[in-house]
Amino acid sequence: MFPTPIEKRSRSAQIGYQALLPVVLIIWLLPLIAVAVFSIKPDADFTNGNYWGWPSSFELFNNYGKVFFESDMPRYLLNSVFITIPTVIGAVLLSSMTGFALGVYRFRGNLLIFFMFIAGNFVPFQILMVPVRDLTLSMNLYDTKTGLVLFHIAFQTGFCTLFMRNFIRQLPFALIEAARVEGVAEWRIFVYVVLPLMKPALAALSVLIFTFIWNDYFWAIVLTQGPDSQPVTAGITSFNSQFRAAYHLMSAGSIVAALPPVAMFFLMQKHFIAGLTLGAVK
Amino acid sequence: MATASANNRSWYKRNEIALTPWVFLIPGIFMFSLYVIYPILQSFWISFHEWDGLGEKTWIGLANYERLLGGDRKFEISFWNNLRWLVLYLLAIPMGLFISLFLNQKVFGIRFYKSLFFFPFVISQVVVGLVFSWFYLPNDGLFDVLVGKVGIDISGGILGNPNTATYGIIAAGLWPQTAYCMILYLTGLNAVDPEQVEAARLDGAKGARMLWYVILPQLKPATFIAFVVTIIGALRSFDFIAVMTNGGPFGSTRVLSFYMFEESLSEFGFRMGYGAAIAVVLFFIMLGFIGYFLWSMYQDEKGAH
Repeated sequence: MFPTPIEKRSRSAQIGYQALLPVVLIIWLLPLIAVAVFSIKPDADFTNGNYWGWPSSFELFNNYGKVFFESDMPRYLLNSVFITIPTVIGAVLLSSMTGFALGVYRFRGNLLIFFMFIAGNFVPFQILMVPVRDLTLSMNLYDTKTGLVLFHIAFQTGFCTLFMRNFIRQLPFALIEAARVEGVAEWRIFVYVVLPLMKPALAALSVLIFTFIWNDYFWAIVLTQGPDSQPVTAGITSFNSQFRAAYHLMSAGSIVAALPPVAMFFLMQKHFIAGLTLGAVK
Repeated sequence: MATASANNRSWYKRNEIALTPWVFLIPGIFMFSLYVIYPILQSFWISFHEWDGLGEKTWIGLANYERLLGGDRKFEISFWNNLRWLVLYLLAIPMGLFISLFLNQKVFGIRFYKSLFFFPFVISQVVVGLVFSWFYLPNDGLFDVLVGKVGIDISGGILGNPNTATYGIIAAGLWPQTAYCMILYLTGLNAVDPEQVEAARLDGAKGARMLWYVILPQLKPATFIAFVVTIIGALRSFDFIAVMTNGGPFGSTRVLSFYMFEESLSEFGFRMGYGAAIAVVLFFIMLGFIGYFLWSMYQDEKGAH
């Protein structure tokens, strides 16, 4: 193990390390801690210039109550849910199929199609922007959640295919061979043999895609406008203009917007990290 | 009829293994082509036109590119800022490595610390951008207060000063990116071969020498992925700029991705053709890195067979 395990070092080094951890963590998260404190401060603190001090009174319920009952925030949140969930399902479904096809079968063009998915996944969004906006307009899906979902599903298929295909490659191929010998139809092999083995991959991808889509901002402002269909990332910026300089409400809003992916991350941490570090260990 | 369908079935049965992959691929390929591959080609086509996004396209050949490369100040600023992003964003890799080495211990509660350190990556860039713009507020912002104590006064605050604004945004971007690289390295460090480390220790290697000669070579896959995601993240930077400065002050924080958006969907009219040309330039820059990535993947694939 590197660096040298701390328990093999002197007692003072151990205590020093344990003491240093929270200090470094607080410095690392300082901007976030500041926002959390902002979000429970009264408005008066800001007019009096008490930006960075201790709150003069705790307005937790007041501030968050305003965000939930006097702003469009709940609608934006709901939009985000209705955009994110179908995208996760669609992208994971499509890519487990493409990943299965590319990972199990040998045919001409296999690697070429695989590389097409990978390359497309890394493309800058801007090269897609004008045509995709156009396409969405012509399908009458501009400013709808459906329009956003369809694009997200299609685009995420690139990354998810890369992930699924590499995962399927690591499965014991003998299982598939054995099923074939038994005369099981290919699609049944997919449903009854491969899919159950892919559970960890499905979980990892679902959390990752959830976070990516929940946090998307660019496509939200390109393909939608207004509280009817915009997700929370776009909502928070219009929130910004609604409550100009009302830092306490803005902070509360930001925290609310950030919570779902954070909760997802904590619940599914193992899968999340497995997904992100795919290929980092060999 | 009955025999025909029986024949069909047997034909399918006979070719099942050859046909199945295509049945499984068609929906994915269709969606991906419609929303990704075809739009790339369309953007190339649009870049040869003058177009407001609604009316007829007018063919103008390479005129957009001539204008772009023939002394468009905004393009030059964006391009140089992109280079700044590329170079400085790479700092996330050593910083991530450093934090991962710091956290790679087995003490009580370390898992909790690791996940809290990863926090910035999980949160939307929009929220991170907002948080940092408060942090940077002129006069009242914590940053200004802190550097003020040392006697540094940045006029207009970090984000209000054209000389510092881009660096301020990059610093904000480095925060989540460092967290990402940290996780990559933590996973990599987990897989480091303990026997090699012990052997090197017996030979008297420790500290920096051990890191350089024994650990880093084993972390190569993690470094490679960190490099790829960081480069792509740097070139994709848009959210931070849109949220923190909206390209200002005086256009000093524009990058190509932001400039393209501005030209195509600005309030002064939709210059889609010109925007597409900017996107094509950005695409070619990115293509260099994508090509390198695919090439090394291809080497791996060849090795696997």
